[in-house]
Amino acid sequence: MSEKVLLRFEDVSADLTDISQYVADGGYESTRKAIAELSPEEVLAEVKDSGLRGRGGAGFPTGLKWSFVPKDTGKPIYLLCNADESEPGTFKDRAIIEKDPHQLLEGIIIASYAIGCHDAYIYIRGEFADGYDILCKAVAQAQREGYIGDRLFGTDYSLNVHIHRGAGAYICGEETGLIESLEGKRAYPRIKPPFPAVQGLFGCPTIVNNVETLACVKHVIAKGASWFKAIGPEGGPGPKLFCLSGHVRRPGVYEAPMGTGLRTLINDYAGGMLEGRTLKAVIPGGSSVPILRAEETDIAMDFDSVAAAGSMLGSAGVIVMDDSTCMVHALRAISHFYHHESCGQCTPCREGTGWLDHIVTRVDLGDGTDDDLARLDSVAGGMLGNTICVLADAAAMPVQSFLSKFRDEFAAHVHDGGCALKDGRRAVA
Amino acid sequence: MPKVTINGRELDVPAGTNLITAAEMADQEIPHYCYHPGLSVAGNCRMCLVEIKALSDKQNNPLPKLQIGCNTLVQEGMVVESDNPRVKEARRSVLEFLLINHPIDCPICDQAGECKLQEYYMDYGRYESRFSLGDKVHKHKVEPVGPSIMLDQERCILCTRCVRFLDEVTETHELTITERGDHSELTLAGGASVDNPYAANIVDICPVGALTNRDFRFQARVWYLDSADSICTGCATGCNIEVSSRRGSIYRLKPRANLDVNGFWMCDHGRTTHESNNAENRLQTSLVREGGQFVDVAASAAARRAAFGLKTVTSLGIVAGAGATLEEGFLAAKIQDLLGAGPRIVTSPATSDVPDDKMLISTDRFPNRRGLKALGYEEATSIDKPVDALLVLRADPVAAGGAWVEQLESLRATVVVSDRADETTGFADQVLAIGSHFECEGTFVNRDGRVQKFDAAVAPPATAVAGWQALADLLAALGGPAYDSQESILASLLDDLRDPSLVSASPSVAD
Ligand SMILES: Cc1cc2nc3c(=O)[nH]c(=O)nc-3n(C[C@H](O)[C@H](O)[C@H](O)COP(=O)(O)O)c2cc1C
Ligand code: SF4
Ligand code: SF4
Ligand code: SF4
Ligand code: FES
Repeated sequence: MSEKVLLRFEDVSADLTDISQYVADGGYESTRKAIAELSPEEVLAEVKDSGLRGRGGAGFPTGLKWSFVPKDTGKPIYLLCNADESEPGTFKDRAIIEKDPHQLLEGIIIASYAIGCHDAYIYIRGEFADGYDILCKAVAQAQREGYIGDRLFGTDYSLNVHIHRGAGAYICGEETGLIESLEGKRAYPRIKPPFPAVQGLFGCPTIVNNVETLACVKHVIAKGASWFKAIGPEGGPGPKLFCLSGHVRRPGVYEAPMGTGLRTLINDYAGGMLEGRTLKAVIPGGSSVPILRAEETDIAMDFDSVAAAGSMLGSAGVIVMDDSTCMVHALRAISHFYHHESCGQCTPCREGTGWLDHIVTRVDLGDGTDDDLARLDSVAGGMLGNTICVLADAAAMPVQSFLSKFRDEFAAHVHDGGCALKDGRRAVA
Repeated sequence: MPKVTINGRELDVPAGTNLITAAEMADQEIPHYCYHPGLSVAGNCRMCLVEIKALSDKQNNPLPKLQIGCNTLVQEGMVVESDNPRVKEARRSVLEFLLINHPIDCPICDQAGECKLQEYYMDYGRYESRFSLGDKVHKHKVEPVGPSIMLDQERCILCTRCVRFLDEVTETHELTITERGDHSELTLAGGASVDNPYAANIVDICPVGALTNRDFRFQARVWYLDSADSICTGCATGCNIEVSSRRGSIYRLKPRANLDVNGFWMCDHGRTTHESNNAENRLQTSLVREGGQFVDVAASAAARRAAFGLKTVTSLGIVAGAGATLEEGFLAAKIQDLLGAGPRIVTSPATSDVPDDKMLISTDRFPNRRGLKALGYEEATSIDKPVDALLVLRADPVAAGGAWVEQLESLRATVVVSDRADETTGFADQVLAIGSHFECEGTFVNRDGRVQKFDAAVAPPATAVAGWQALADLLAALGGPAYDSQESILASLLDDLRDPSLVSASPSVAD
């Protein structure tokens, strides 16, 4: 196992939420280097060269995204740190925020400098009450020490960092929903184009990046693009946080190189399956992505390898299910979530998420029919790719993949009037 | 102009045009709910999904996802398909989604017959229902949201057209959407009531029967209604309107889109202007005096009697209301010219207690002041030069007060041309009964100098005739030139207009 950077707090005895201990550990040196020694173009070039891809779910190359910001509009440029982390099975950003918030602030300052932003916002999930307090304290400390504020490190570069709490909707994590919410409106995702990089917050060029992405930016500058590139596969390298949950012995967030084997994560990092249980299925990237059967889990966990296996790395929320899990019931929990969280703007998502939830619930309760199974597939098909944001896809993909991979179990529910795995009901709720 | 190909048809389309409009130009339909040309693009209904086979001449590989036509602008070399199996399947699916929670109460819905849900279902839907009734989400069905508007939340397809109208056009923000997912509902924003001077436009733009007019609810099935193109007489703006009628009665007025005049809208006051069309004082027939009393006569007989009375007159004054048409004003002036010069005045006040607003409403509550002035009429409240007869045209000067009564009593002849009995008709020797502007064709010039023709929507009552007809009869009876149609009068009067700033009518556009 290589040296931890994102989860450095696990390896050191210092309290990294305290700025003096953080600085004593070498903190804010990368920020100083970026601002005092490098030009914004050089920072951008380093991040581009590192091959860093966004950790928020889509894996978009970070440097490339930054390069879309037009510089000559005369409007302010904004950086928004997406700390809304709400994808079921995902709890990695929370670890960074609560245990090592200054590495995130460093990433925010460096990214802001690179794109020419003077007002950065952290949009934090409303339920993260502790995280909010910790971040507020960290920002206050950084301001006091002169890492945030006017004329940083004796240059004429200035930056404010603002923190905004969400009010409890998953859709506020979608970047344009987040922007609307920050503007004080309902988080209705926007139609694209225009993309936020061109027209985002208050109509100005805006970059939205995930917490972990920004933390990685700090390490790219600290250790260099070539160090970063050397970790994991060429198509998407770097250190990575994986959230292991479900029927493993030691659920939790683990740092491992991008491209670490899924089985290695389950067996070596998370301590293997619970006593006496065998692996049945894994959702590798948060509840939105297609599920993998046990025999499909011998894969490397990086963007391209998981995609090649027919799923997605997504938020790296690895949900592990053992043989006691009722797949119909598990899907019901997922479908219910998306029904609850659809913002309701687009017809297929607004109506489709509810319809899917109804049918899956019916099948789970033993009241479904064969027609219901066909219907599930076609309702999901009518949602995929046809909406403003990809929440509809996130609701539809699990339905289609659960159905195709565990067809027998769904059929058995229909024909036998319910679940044969009585305990399965409680396994995932 | 970018050249695009839509369903195999190649055409040049102005840059900045979206695919819905471009398709219309190519005689193709891209069905849509949320898009409205007078509002911002919301892109939420997903009905307008199309396949982009090539984005431009530079990027000519197909886009993997279907794209919405409302938010996609034409580019040089773009190739679009809106009728292939993939697009049709997506559209069928969107319709199915729209209908699963829809109450489908068409038999009692006022929108039936002009409902986009019904229309597109017949064109693009038609599937076996796969949704069980018990699963439907229920919401409020009869919710008054303002003095004139009723909301049925279950029928609402959440297209946000009404919300955007109130946010963007009137900027009054009365409606909003609360809750989320399939529990989303259109509702009043905290304590508001949709009570602004343009509120009823949201009923027009609602593509379904969710918003209905409390006046028009349950009054008529729209497919029985006849319609005529007209111009609103509520003020000097001259909004282009459509008059819906059935068997001689007018049921409602709706705006016709005209980007140079009223955009896509009209005001609520304008919509009520038809109410006085059935007023009790409407004249059914022309009147002449027999032994001091009025008796009913045919229009032509009244014209002959009036001509007889005016024959020996040497100075005729004209008192017109600013609701008289160009044709009427022109013929009255011709009559005057024939008898000898005299004053021509417009008595209608040019301002009112309704101020101009920044949208459409004009403080001048009359439709044709500019037209009459272009014909040489002057604004005045009295005629100070000596005259020995008056022709009163769609005006009621007596009601306005002043010295009119003495003046009228001293005249040799008074002819009133009017669609209703009023204080001035009581002083007339002859009353020529004419139709209201809903009952005649004619032309108005709005406050900006735009010359706009309108059609008759219904016939004049009993033996009343069109205003131009009554005046043409009188002119002919006096030995003047004969005119036999509104068009021929308009053709000759256009040369006479004295205002070089007038502009000809611009065509209405589709919305
Ligand atoms: C429904 C939905 C929810 C999302 N929630 C989050 C979230 O909680 N946190 C996050 O970083 N990205 C979330 N995303 C992804 C963001 O839209 C965006 O792609 C991301 O923040 C970009 O950051 P990155 O380039 O650093 O990955 C969500 C996307 C969707 C469609
Ligand atoms: S896909 Fe769903 S969540 Fe996303 S904008 Fe549309 S309705 Fe809202
Ligand atoms: S009431 Fe009509 S216009 Fe308003 S959102 Fe509903 S369907 Fe659209
Ligand atoms: S603004 Fe004037 S012309 Fe337009 S509808 Fe209202 S009253 Fe009629
Ligand atoms: S008209 Fe394009 S999405 Fe509604």
